[in-house]
Amino acid sequence: MTGPAAGSGATGWALRIGPLSLRPHPRSTLVAAALAVALVGAAVVALTTGEYPLTGAEIIDALRGSATPGVDFIVTTLRMPRLLTGALVGAALGVSGALLQSLARNPLASPDIIGFTSGAATGAIAAFALGADSILRVGLGALAGGTIAAVAVYLLAYRRGGAAGRLVLVGIGVSAALTSVNAFLITRAPLHDAIAAQAWLVGGLNNRGWGHAAPVAAALAVLLPAAIIAGRRLRPLELGDDAAGALGVRAEPSRRMLLVISVALAAVATASAGPVAFVALAAPQLARRLAGAARPALIGSALMGALLLAASDVLAQRLFTPTPMPVGIVTAGLGGLYLTWLLAAGWRGRP
Amino acid sequence: MSIDEGVRPTLATDGDPPAAPSRRPPDHRRWWLLGTALTLVALGALSLALGARPLAPEVVWNALTDPDGGEAAVIVWEHRLPRTLLGVLVGVALGLAGALMQALTRNPLADPGLLGVTMGASAAVVVGIAFLGVGALTGYLWFAVAGAAGASALVYLISGRSAAPDRMVLAGAAISAVLLAFTSAVLLQRPDAFRDFRFWDVGSLAGRGLDVAAQTGPLIGFGAVVALALARPLNALALGEDSARSLGAAVGRTRIWGALAVTALCGAATAAAGPIGFVGLVVAHAARIIIGPDLRWLLPCAALLTPSLLLAADIVGRLAIAPAELSVGVVTAVIGAPVFIALCRRSRLGAL
Repeated sequence: MTGPAAGSGATGWALRIGPLSLRPHPRSTLVAAALAVALVGAAVVALTTGEYPLTGAEIIDALRGSATPGVDFIVTTLRMPRLLTGALVGAALGVSGALLQSLARNPLASPDIIGFTSGAATGAIAAFALGADSILRVGLGALAGGTIAAVAVYLLAYRRGGAAGRLVLVGIGVSAALTSVNAFLITRAPLHDAIAAQAWLVGGLNNRGWGHAAPVAAALAVLLPAAIIAGRRLRPLELGDDAAGALGVRAEPSRRMLLVISVALAAVATASAGPVAFVALAAPQLARRLAGAARPALIGSALMGALLLAASDVLAQRLFTPTPMPVGIVTAGLGGLYLTWLLAAGWRGRP
Repeated sequence: MSIDEGVRPTLATDGDPPAAPSRRPPDHRRWWLLGTALTLVALGALSLALGARPLAPEVVWNALTDPDGGEAAVIVWEHRLPRTLLGVLVGVALGLAGALMQALTRNPLADPGLLGVTMGASAAVVVGIAFLGVGALTGYLWFAVAGAAGASALVYLISGRSAAPDRMVLAGAAISAVLLAFTSAVLLQRPDAFRDFRFWDVGSLAGRGLDVAAQTGPLIGFGAVVALALARPLNALALGEDSARSLGAAVGRTRIWGALAVTALCGAATAAAGPIGFVGLVVAHAARIIIGPDLRWLLPCAALLTPSLLLAADIVGRLAIAPAELSVGVVTAVIGAPVFIALCRRSRLGAL
């Protein structure tokens, strides 16, 4: 395509690398750049402020390994892994939510709502009950529980092709049932374990080290490009299964693959930080609205998720200084605001 | 009560139209109603007799009629009678609330648990326990009612005027997720509140005294009377808002009274027993299958069937892992979730 395409949001040129071609959307690109800048700003605040304020020079020294041991400890052992875990988990959740919302063609679809999170909670509580002591082991329990719940939801919703809307409804049903099972398991556990499980269920970044950031980084490195390549099939899928079939996209295999990517990202993120509420729900929609696009873009959603979680964590640590709150509480509050906004602007005008 | 005036009696089907020869099959509905009533009585008796320590029927009878302070009398009067009565009360409330919600919203998936109403009650109870020092089960009542009212209003607002079934369920799930996060956040800061709350949150009939039944009873009674009185105008509303209006039904008034009744019923039931999901949904559909869609029959039928289901679930919970107990909320969720999923699979609702 050459020459400017008048009146269209896309630029008139395409970037071609071998079989791939990209057509940058100028406003989306601008929004992504702005989000990246904001993310860097949040990172600087997260690294420099706190109980021991540091200067930018000290941070750079610490990252180059030439700082005093005290500063080095604060930066490379405390603040940096926490920041990275938060940003990576946020990005993973943002992409996961964007995929799910496109698949379900519904702005409220997210791992929080369709049963993945409740399944992860069941797995985590079971892990606590079996005596898991490290956060990583609890994460593995959550991974198993969430994955089983997601597979069960998919299989239960599947009937001559799993229509996306049914997926969401079945997920809500499974989620509601698992919530009562969780409440029951919590009464059966000793009070100490029950409190630990409850704390994990809020989702937080306290005591997160490099071991929590690395798996999420690896998952994003593999799954984000896969999602972008497979995401080209999202657009026809959003037209409905019949139209997608007419355009030559086989709906079910594409949907299955995107669903697997979405669940895998949510699972890894949840294993690292617990079920952080609402990032997956809000990030794709906020990014989409900023970009003025018709559907959530994956890169924008990832950046928005990272920014949301990193900034929320800074808020959670600095606002409640005597006892820092888990970040999940802040994101839940933001989620409430987002829902109120949906209430004011979103559905009401539509039939 | 003036609600009933919404529809002129001549439009209803009661009374025999003289000319029309009856081509309908004989009406079995009263027999079905009688059958469900007898089932409830039988399950009530079983609920008094069965448990970790089973009692013979004549022992139960003796303990009831002539309480001598012996072991059987203590078991019956202190433990099984309160939970059976509470099961009946909560069951009536949840059954009527489920059927009423489905009729009001014309949504086959409406259920107090799924639409976030019970979660609203939970969140308000947490506020009561954690910040206002409410300790006893009896103190939860008005918090639960207020929370139920707030959550149902919010879900209704979010899902908008069209109130499509899937949209309402999604809005309910979203509200539930916010409230759940809020609840967890509060509990995390207040381990002492958590200790009380977790035993309420599980949804159980055990360990509640007769005073809980006595306190929630009047509110449930009020809700039940309003619900039954609304049967006729709601029948008209089932034809659609415009048709109902042209038939002379007072649509707005019916909605408001209906919402009041649902809030009172759900709030009181949740305060008494904790969140119990899915029963309202399951029973409303079962009742529609056996007795038909006429709400004048459907509502009483749901009010009799739900306590039966709840008592049966409670008995199963007592026996399944005896001497420990599964709480009734878990049993109903395990029974109810498959029904909900089957409903989603069956209808065209899946197409969002």
